[in-house]
Formats: sequence, structure tokens, C-alpha cells
Amino acid sequence: MSQIHARQRLYRRSRQSLVHGFDPVLTAVVGLLLFIGTLLVWAATRDWYARNGLDGQYYLKRHIINIMIGLVLAYGTTVIDYRLLRAYTPFLWGAGVLGLGIVLIPGLGSEVNGAKAWIALPGGFQIQPAELAKIAIIIGMSMILSERSHDSDGPTSGEVLQSLAVAAIPVLLIILQPDMGTILIISAAVVTIIAVSGAPSRWVTALLLIAVLGGFVAVKAGVISEYQVNRLQTFVDPNADTQGAGYQLRQARITVGSGGLIGTGLFDGPQTNGRFVPEQQTDFIFTVAGEELGFLGSGAILILYLILLMRGFSIARRTNDPFGRLVCTGVIAWFAFQIFENIGMTLGLMPMTGVPLPFISYGGSSMFATLIGIGLLQNVHARLRG
Amino acid sequence: MNNKSRLSLLVVQILIVSLMAALLGRLFYLQVAAGPKYRDAALSIQSRDVVAPATRGLIVDAYGVPLAMNKAGLAITIDRIAIDKLEDKGVGVMKRLATLLNLKYADIYQNTRLCGELPKGQKAGCWQGSRYQPIPITKSADPDIALQIVERSDAFPGVDAQPVAIRSYPSYLNVNAAHVLGYVGPLTETDLLKSNGKQYFRSETIGKTGLEIQYDSFLRGEPGIRTVIVDRKESITRESQNTKPVAGDHLVTSLDVRLQAAVEKALKDAVLRGRANGNTSDSGAAIVMDVRTGRILALASYPTYDPNAWEKGLTVQQASDLFSEKKSVPALNRALQGLFAPASTFKAVSVVAAADAGYDLNANYKCPSQVQVGTRAFQNFDSKNQGSMNMKKAIAVSCDTIWYQIAFDEWLRDGGLRPKSDPNDYFFKAAQSFHITEKVGIDLPSESSSRLADRAYKKRWYEQNKDFYCNYKKRATKAQQTPFLLQLAAENCIDGDKIRAGDAVNFSIGQGDTVVTPLKLIQMYAAIANGGTIWQATLAKAIVKTDGTVVKTFTPQKLGALTAEPSTIKFLQGALREVVVSGTAAGAFSGFPIAVSGKTGTAQVFGRNPNGSLKDDTSWFASFAPSNNPRYAVVMMVGQGGFGASTSGVGVRQIYETLFGVTGNKVIPGAAIFPDGKPPTQLPKISPATKPKETGK
Repeated sequence: MSQIHARQRLYRRSRQSLVHGFDPVLTAVVGLLLFIGTLLVWAATRDWYARNGLDGQYYLKRHIINIMIGLVLAYGTTVIDYRLLRAYTPFLWGAGVLGLGIVLIPGLGSEVNGAKAWIALPGGFQIQPAELAKIAIIIGMSMILSERSHDSDGPTSGEVLQSLAVAAIPVLLIILQPDMGTILIISAAVVTIIAVSGAPSRWVTALLLIAVLGGFVAVKAGVISEYQVNRLQTFVDPNADTQGAGYQLRQARITVGSGGLIGTGLFDGPQTNGRFVPEQQTDFIFTVAGEELGFLGSGAILILYLILLMRGFSIARRTNDPFGRLVCTGVIAWFAFQIFENIGMTLGLMPMTGVPLPFISYGGSSMFATLIGIGLLQNVHARLRG
Repeated sequence: MNNKSRLSLLVVQILIVSLMAALLGRLFYLQVAAGPKYRDAALSIQSRDVVAPATRGLIVDAYGVPLAMNKAGLAITIDRIAIDKLEDKGVGVMKRLATLLNLKYADIYQNTRLCGELPKGQKAGCWQGSRYQPIPITKSADPDIALQIVERSDAFPGVDAQPVAIRSYPSYLNVNAAHVLGYVGPLTETDLLKSNGKQYFRSETIGKTGLEIQYDSFLRGEPGIRTVIVDRKESITRESQNTKPVAGDHLVTSLDVRLQAAVEKALKDAVLRGRANGNTSDSGAAIVMDVRTGRILALASYPTYDPNAWEKGLTVQQASDLFSEKKSVPALNRALQGLFAPASTFKAVSVVAAADAGYDLNANYKCPSQVQVGTRAFQNFDSKNQGSMNMKKAIAVSCDTIWYQIAFDEWLRDGGLRPKSDPNDYFFKAAQSFHITEKVGIDLPSESSSRLADRAYKKRWYEQNKDFYCNYKKRATKAQQTPFLLQLAAENCIDGDKIRAGDAVNFSIGQGDTVVTPLKLIQMYAAIANGGTIWQATLAKAIVKTDGTVVKTFTPQKLGALTAEPSTIKFLQGALREVVVSGTAAGAFSGFPIAVSGKTGTAQVFGRNPNGSLKDDTSWFASFAPSNNPRYAVVMMVGQGGFGASTSGVGVRQIYETLFGVTGNKVIPGAAIFPDGKPPTQLPKISPATKPKETGK
């Protein structure tokens, strides 16, 4: 009896300590971003769907469900000792690669906007294995690069090569889709992880060079599909095409710009309600923030992201565990480049790619993956003294 | 954590902060710095202006009879953007439409081409508006046919039918007045770009010429604008502004429909009479002016066109005919754009010159068959020697040689080919005293200035042409190398900048390079009739709102006064009366019960017609009446019309018959156009239902 009691107490204490171990700032910032995101997804869809005889809350409801599932996954990721994750990582990676293989099989993968990135599930749900792959790559690389079988200060070249192989296979499969945005983000995370791992500097330099050359060759050799080239070209000259990708970019800029300092007010953006920007609940959700919340609101979102990323750095710096540090670094780099790519595209700073905005865009796979990422950061934070 | 890792982490952190800072900076630029620009861009994406055109104001005559009004029409329109998307670019649709509307396919095709799309010279009938407005093929479609089109929208993609207000020129008594009224049409891109403070909308119509353009800002009114906010599918989400159209104001003119109709008929009859006498008679103009105000009571130009053709749907043929030389360019308003040598009507100026030079107007002068001027003999009209006569008689019988002699003597006195530094130039100065080179200032667009071939003109002319004449053998074509023309060229090269004896002599009888518009001549004769006042010619009397409030009245303006002695003017009036009593116009006016004064003119014209025939003489008659108390001036000109008296003189008599209510040499009581003997001064009540009054004939 007392044994059971003691075990329960122990259990409760461990749970309490875990909750106490959460970074409160990180939790609050993510909570705020999720709340803002929910409002923006609703704002992006309610008017149009209601006016066209559909359920105006369709996206709102599904978005909330996605958040719930994502929070459960995040919590799960937090409570598992991340050191245990190492054991699961090969399976996670394998599942990611398998999923990336499946999307390429005609009939199983579905094509959206020229990229075969999705597996259609019954009930209108879709899953994007690339999101899963991001996590698998970050954990897998961190695992290899943090194990010290020798006395050296950082990983050896052999370990770097091994870790690169972990990233290369999913990346190659994503190139086949093709999904330039995800490749960009993964590449940024890979380089960051290797840099922070203490690997020889020549590796970092070499990888940066490869990234630049790779991009150049890809365009020249036609590995990047015409669709991608179009998107890149419209980035260079947004006025070249009035209806296609250039149209979207221009509409996005106009919508954000028209918000001005204080915005039109939530739910009151005529550009948003007229749905002049396509994909405005997913990839272009930041236009809704721009128009309806203005510079003050959308700037505040940027500040929230900045706080989130800075908390991540703080955790990475404080942990004594090299594996945890690399996972944190990878997650921060992933978030940062995904945010920059998405908002940069909306504001006309980056070429158009289909990446969602973390915590805000509508979309299950991205929501799950980013919240799992937060789970990883919280996990490392919770065990800072452990 | 080793130092290398720590450093790398710091670098990554700095990089990421910089990226976020870049986003924040860009966001600030887009939303705060460039925010207003993007707000405007967004507004133009979201908002659509639905323009309800205002009802155009009426143009009425002095008694309120509408000359231009509006009626409901049914427009069949083609949407160029829609038909261009069809596989055959809409050829099938347009062919079906042509059959249904009983029009020519080629016309529909041409009417739907934007003027900018077509090469120069093939623009006749093109659409002057933009691609974004539905292009009307006709505005007076049969309702049954329109219904067929709307019901079979699958067979007629991009074609629509809708009720529209159309401009209508009601043509009471067969009145045309096209050159006065003008017509309306769609806005062009240049109209849209004009920054005259008024906002134009693509769907509006605008006056294109005549009074319609002159007073467009009053006639047009303010279109109603409903601004709606639309979504990406162009469905309306809300209305942001709704202003009702304000109807345009009415324009009251000094014209009289009955007189205008009579003037048009008299002009046409004169042209036909000229042709019956073997002349080409390709053009003409006739004007009636109130000599005490300068107001225009009627104004006609020949050939003319149908101002209703635009709203009916102008065919390509009609459009190209308007500017066709073969059809004598009907678009041209001869009354103010036609420049013709005034011939003997100009002797009124010569009388003033002679008086100024000190010649006794009551003395006798010789009228020989010819006058030797230098090496050339200048012939009298028909080379007749009429003996000695006083100047009044000389005007009446239109003796030329008396003027040759005076002009030659004065030319010699001024130094001849070596002119004095301060020549008297009585003839040029007399012409200038009539303000000959100033415009008459009529309220119609594109009035031409008359030209005085004085010393300054000769100098300008020489500067422009001396290269041609001094290198004549090189510059001129083979056909131009006749001995006569070669000699002429040599003379022109040597002293082409000087007034030569021949120029001076020709000037005195209204020949040579001096040319006037019929409107200028009537202004000159009105000045003689009223004792010396040069009035600005005006058509508009007032602008009146739809509720009857007078917005603006146009008071007659004096442009100047003749400097001639009152006795000279009195002499002139008498001499001009003598023309009709016993002179060249006696036949044309024989038995006419009202005293008319006037002068015939028969001007030689050099050059050939397109068919190779030599050009016939310009026929003029300039006049005023009643002679003892002048009220009206009437001028008629028929280009290549032959004799002044028989072609134009008779025509002017016809106009006076209507004006004074004369039938069979008798004044019928109550038949005169203006029963009080003068045009009405009161403004009329304006209603589209007003019909012309019976004159009691």
C-alpha cells in the first residue's frame, strides 16, 4: 500500500518537476502564436466560405483539432527522456524515408502546386512526410555528431560524412518531388548542426560552397522543374507574369502593404475577405496578419518568433549534453529558416516556395512537426540540470 | 561545449537575428513607408466603379425646339476581351450577328477594332474607346432581335443587349445642322488622360465636335457612381459609395430650326443650280447673322452628314466618306474652316482703302476693258469697256479696272518694288480695319483664320519657298517645267518677298493669296450694315438647368469697330444697295419686296480637280437687309459654283424669302420667322416635346 503510494508520489513528483522544467517563456510564446494563428486562419476563411454557402468555421475547427493533436505530440516528446529518442531515431528516420518514397509513387502521392509532397489519407486529411523527415534528420545527425568514441574535441570527418548521409537520402527524395522550400530549410539546419557540432571548419566552408553551387547547377541542369524556375524568375521580376506566381507575389505585397501601421482590424481586411491572395490560410497566412493587424500586429508576431528563437539559443547554450545542444540548434535553425523563407516570400524578399509558417499556418503535418520541435526544446530544457 | 561550438552558435544566432531584423525592416517599408501606395493599389483591386451616365442636356433653338435630345435605345454590344478568347477570335459570333442585325460583317469587324490596333489610313470606323468597355455595334436595335441574342447566349458569347440613352438629332423640318451640333462618341484614351479637373469614365460619351464638344462640360452632367467592393470572383461584397447622376444642363442657341432648315435647303438648291449650269459645285456654306449682336441665326455647310449615324452604328463606308476628297470631305465645316478668295465682295474693303487714300467717292472714274500694269494687261471682267462712271455704279456693276488703276497707282506711290520704309498700304490697312486676320471667335471648335496677303505675309512665304523657286529646275517635277512656270519661278526667286504690282492689283478685287472664311465675310458685312461694329459670332445664348434656372448667359461681345469715316460706311451701304437695285444682283432679286443690299463675288480658282478638270469659280453673295434699317446679314458661298449672282445670289434671296415670309414677291403677314422683325431676346421654356412653330405660310 505504502509502496504504491510512494510510487504514485514519485510519479507525481516527476511529473511536477517536468512541468516545472518547462521553459515558461517558450510555453507562453508558443501559446500566443497558436492563438494568433487560430484567429488568422479563421479570418482567412470565414467570410469567403460563409459567402459561398460553405461552413465558415470549417478551417477553424480543423485547425483547432490539429493544434490539439500537435500539443499531445509535443507533450509526448517532452516527457520521453530525449536520450531515449536515440533508440527510436532509426525507426523515425526509416518511416520518414518510406513516406517520402511513397509520395513519389503515382496513385499514392498527391500533387499540389507541382510538388508531389503529400500522401492523401481518408477523410480529406493529408500527410506530408517531409515534415517528419526534418525531425528524423535533426535527431539522426545530432546523434552521430555528438557521440564521442574518441578523445577529439569535435566529430571526425568520418562522422560528418555519416551524418551527411543521414540527411542526404531524404533530401534526394524531396528533390524528386520537388519541394525547394523544404530542401532549403533542411540544408540550413544541416549546415548549422555541423557548424555547432565542432566539426572541422573546412566542412562548414565546403558545405556552404556546395549549397551555392548546387543551387546554380540545379537551375542550369533542369533538376529544378520549370515550375520552380518560374517561381524563381517571378521572384527576380515580379511584373513578368500577371496571373501566375508573379500575380501571387504582387497580391501578397499589396495585401501586406495595405495594412499600414494599425491594419484594418481582425476579420475586416477587404483583400483577405476578397481572397485576392491564394493559399492565404496556409503559405500566405502572413498576408492576413499584415492586412488586418497592420505593422504593429505583424511586427509583434515577428518579435514573438524572435523571443522563441532566442529562448532556443539560451537552452542550447545552457545544456551540458552535446546531443541536446545539437538537437536544439537544429530545431532553431529549422524554425528560423522556415519563418524567414515563408515571411520573406510574402514580403517579396525570398523566392516563392510552398512552406507553411510555423504555429500559424493551417496544415496538420507542419503543425505536428513544429510542435514536436517545441517538445524537443522543452525536453532539453527540462533536463538542463539532469 | 568547446570554443569552436560556442563561436559557431554565436555566429548562427547573429545570423538569425539579422534575418529577423531584415524581415522587420522590410515589413516596416511595406506597411509604413510604402503603405499609402499599397493601399491605393489594394483599393483599385477591390473596388469597381459602376457608372450611371447622366442624361445629356438638350441643345435647343431660340424658341426651345430641340436640335439635340436623348431617346431610349437598345444597344447590342460586343465584349472584345470575351470574343478574343474564342478559338476563331469571334469571327463566327460576328458573322451570326451581322446576319441577325442585317449589317455587314466587315463593318462589325472594323467597329470592334481599337483604333490603336489598326495601321494608319485604315482607321475609319474603328473603336475609339478601350478594350475594357463593351463596344456598341448599334444603339437602336429591334427589341425582338435583342431578345433573341440574350436568350441564345451560347451562340453569342461576349454579346450583350442593354437599354441605353442615345443622343438623337430629331431633324424637325428635315433640319440637319450637323456642322453646328456635332455629334457624340466614346471617350478616347486622350480624353481620359486630359487633366481638366473633371473625372471621366470609360462608359461615358463625350462631345466629339461642334456644339457638343464646345459645351460638353455643361451638357454632360455628372455621372452617378456606385463603388462596390468585390472579391476575387468579382462578386460584390459591399457597396462603398453611391452617388446619383446629375443631368446635364441645356444649351439655348440663337439658331432657329425653321430658318436653319430653309438655309440648308437654299444652299443645297444653290449647289444643284451651279451644277445645272455646268459647274463642279463641290461645296458650300451659308450663314445668317444678326448684325446688331453677332448672333448666328443659321449656319449650314455643304456637303453634310447624318449626325445620327454614330448612334445607329457607323458603317466603314460612312466613316471613310466623312474625310474622303472624292466626297468633298463632308466633315469639314466650310463656314468656318473653308478658306476662299473673296473676289468682288472684297471691293467693300477697296472702297474704304480708296476713301482713306483720298479718292473722291462721288467722282467719276474710267472703267476700261483693261489696265496695263507693268508688262501685263489686267482685263476687266469679261473684258468689257464700260466707259466712265461714279464709284457707286462701279460697285454695282462690279467694275474691276477702276480698282486696278487705283491699286497700281497706290502701289507705285508706295515705292513699287522698292517700297518706302513707311508705305501707306491703304489697301492692307483697310483690310486690317475689318480685323481680317483675327478669328470671328465663334463658339465652335477649329475655326480657321483668314489670311491677308500683305507685305509680312509675302516675306514669310518667301522664306518658306525661296529654296524651291531658286532651284526650280532641280525641285520641280517634269510637268511643272513649262516656260510660263519657269519664268514665274525665276521672278519669284528674285523678288518673291516683295508685293509686286500684280499682287497689289489682284488684292484690290479679292483675288490672289488673300482668303477668307464665309464667317469672316459675314462679320465684315455685318459691320458695314450696323455702322461699324465688329461682333464676335456666337451661337450660345444661355445654359439652363433642367429645373429652368439660368446658369450662364452669353452676352454678345464687340471685337472692335471699323475705323472708316461714317460717310464712307454710308456710301458703302448705298453702293451695296445699288448692286441689288441695278447692278449684278438686280436679276436675282427682281421684284423682291424687301430692300436688300449685297455684293456678288466670282473668284477665279487655280488648280485642277481630282478628275483633272479645271476648277470652277467660287460663287459668293454677301448681303444684309432690310437696307434702310439692317437687322440680318446673309452670306452664301458655293465652291466651284460659278457666278456669284446666279448661284449664290438666288440662294440668298431664297433665304430672305423665308426670313421675311415672302411668297411670290409679297410679304405674307405673320409668315416671317421673327414676327417682331428681330430674333427673340427672351429665353424659351425647354422641353423635349417642343415642336417648331408654324410660320403661318
